[in-house]
Amino acid sequence: MIVDAQFLDMLIPALNKGLWMSVLLIVPSAIFGSLLGVLVGTLRVFGSKPVRRFFDGYTVLFRGVPLMVQLFVFYFGLPSFGIYFEAYGASVTCFILCSAAYHSEYVRGALLSIREGQLKAGAALGMSRVQTILWIVVPQAFRRALPGCGNEIIYLIKYSSLAYLISCMEVTGEARAIAAKTFRFTEVFMVLALYYLFLVSIASWLLKKFEDRLYIPGFGRQK
Amino acid sequence: MQQQLSVIIEALPYILEGAGVSLAIVCFAMVLGLLMGIPMAVGLVYGHPVVRRLIGLYVWFFRGVPILVLMFLFYFGIFDALGLDLNAISAVSIVLGLTSAAYQSQIFRGAIQSLPQGQLRAARALGMSDMQGITSIILPQALRLSIPGWSNEYSIILKDSALAYVVGAMDIFTRTHFVASRTYEHLALFINAGVLYFIITLVGVKLLLALEKKVRIPGYTM
Amino acid sequence: MTHSAQSSVESPETPVLRVEHINVSLGGKSILKDVSLSVNKGELKVLIGPSGAGKSTFLQSINCLIHPVSGNIWLEERQVDLAHKKKLFEYRQHVGMIFQDFNLFDHLRAADNVSIALRKVKGLSRKEANDRAVQELERVGLGNKMNLYPAELSGGQKQRVAIARALAMDPKVLLLDEPTSALDPELVGEVLAVIRDLAQSGLTMVMATHQMDFARALADEIVFMQQGQIIEQGAPSVLLAPGSGTRTADFCSRLSDLYEEK
Repeated sequence: MIVDAQFLDMLIPALNKGLWMSVLLIVPSAIFGSLLGVLVGTLRVFGSKPVRRFFDGYTVLFRGVPLMVQLFVFYFGLPSFGIYFEAYGASVTCFILCSAAYHSEYVRGALLSIREGQLKAGAALGMSRVQTILWIVVPQAFRRALPGCGNEIIYLIKYSSLAYLISCMEVTGEARAIAAKTFRFTEVFMVLALYYLFLVSIASWLLKKFEDRLYIPGFGRQK
Repeated sequence: MQQQLSVIIEALPYILEGAGVSLAIVCFAMVLGLLMGIPMAVGLVYGHPVVRRLIGLYVWFFRGVPILVLMFLFYFGIFDALGLDLNAISAVSIVLGLTSAAYQSQIFRGAIQSLPQGQLRAARALGMSDMQGITSIILPQALRLSIPGWSNEYSIILKDSALAYVVGAMDIFTRTHFVASRTYEHLALFINAGVLYFIITLVGVKLLLALEKKVRIPGYTM
Repeated sequence: MTHSAQSSVESPETPVLRVEHINVSLGGKSILKDVSLSVNKGELKVLIGPSGAGKSTFLQSINCLIHPVSGNIWLEERQVDLAHKKKLFEYRQHVGMIFQDFNLFDHLRAADNVSIALRKVKGLSRKEANDRAVQELERVGLGNKMNLYPAELSGGQKQRVAIARALAMDPKVLLLDEPTSALDPELVGEVLAVIRDLAQSGLTMVMATHQMDFARALADEIVFMQQGQIIEQGAPSVLLAPGSGTRTADFCSRLSDLYEEK
């Protein structure tokens, strides 16, 4: 089980090709997933009753069903309706919808955690509801939701590997192909594992830096 | 619509057998995770710095690597290299269990650390050894506090169990895919699979909620 | 609805604030029953009464944080249109409120807490708002704490920042809802000192409190409430005269037994 330079020479470029695809999957999914999640989370708190119910249902659905099932429905199932997604499109769409459901939970929790007294104080000073939400609730809720949402993005990095199962050749797919060719399963997958550990570590580090930057005494983690 | 329904109805017994497999995998994984997670948590909170480092490394690895990759790594790589000839179901259960141990150790660690320092001090003052204090005072409380987190973990493991597909273990997902590739009714069948997973999640979470209520001690807000 | 800026208020006969027949129901239960009060310029009226009497609810219905089921409010003899949102927001700029729980904006430093409403509601520039904030904070004795966050302040300091925040809006009336009840005993004094200074400077105030010595010394009128109604009201010297036999005196003596006031 020796990992020689020649082997790595062949493995790394192939994995890097897949890595690029992984990044292409992760970045848009993370950005749009969190934006959608913020929207849904906000609607679940401040929307009218039917709106709240609808998005609560959406959240329960996308959090209660395995991501694999969701991917397969999008990729294999939707053609029945004449909707043809290619692997990349199906994956990203699915990741965005699923991720948004998780993000909305954190956003909702953060918004609900803002004590009523804050709203009353804003109102007592003559602020309108919109002003209170924008200048008082959102800055606080954002800081509260950040750890959870950050974690969700890290989950996304890991679950992006599932795109391989619907034939999107990201880094896991490339690794699988090489392993099948060379039969050096343990080495290949260990290196693959290291790739993901690297991505996850960077994301965690960035998240922590971001949280530290926004730190306000009295909010969440002590430094 | 008629056709889809009849396909589902016909395939249902076959797929439901897979539910048994899925549940077996989940139960085994959760128990393995529990049996490993509790000592790991105790080690993380009360252990020697070297022990904490090692456990930390384990946790970092199993939480940082995607479950799909772990499945490939172990099933096609490590188990083979170790000469273990495991069937697919066992392999999936073990990998999920090892991963869950990492997450459960964090749940229990959080619960232990949320207890006031005074609890263990009082135990020591009464003459208990640290081990006695941990097992009779700390853990009973920490375990109760962990139930909500455990419930969440159950839901996650159930969803991850669908990865049995990549190693060919015949769970709900694998069987659904099998039927779908023969009947081409992918949409209906996978929606059906989704419904099954959803129901099993719901039932499990409700059971855990009932358990939480049953063992609740007054004074603990959860 | 003509508004002659100052003149109508100069006359001490015209109340700055007049509320009449306020009824509040919460969850089907009647909390306030036909409560009326009028306050003249420069007066300090103190609401006292047992818990659940409705003092806090009454104060919050004056600036409509809790909507009354019925009743009317006049500020400087102009009726306030409680149904019209924009007018309500405008009205609230003239009525300041101090909460029992301070309710400082946790994500803003002290100076920003004071200046935010000046910027967002009154439209002042950042510099003007900040200058005013510094001024108000110095007025309450916290000039050197203006860059601290609420989490870094003691309870008494938080309440004083809250007072500065309310004063920055130049309110015509200040409502204080048990401003010292959430404070540790040793911090009560600093907040009462600020309130005393405000009373002596002529600010019109309505305050709910359990601080009987304070009320006795400074209130122009004591208003005793119980079970959602005003039972008695009058000058402290009248209501609390020894041997007066008023419900107020009775309540106060029970209070002082409880708190062992001198």
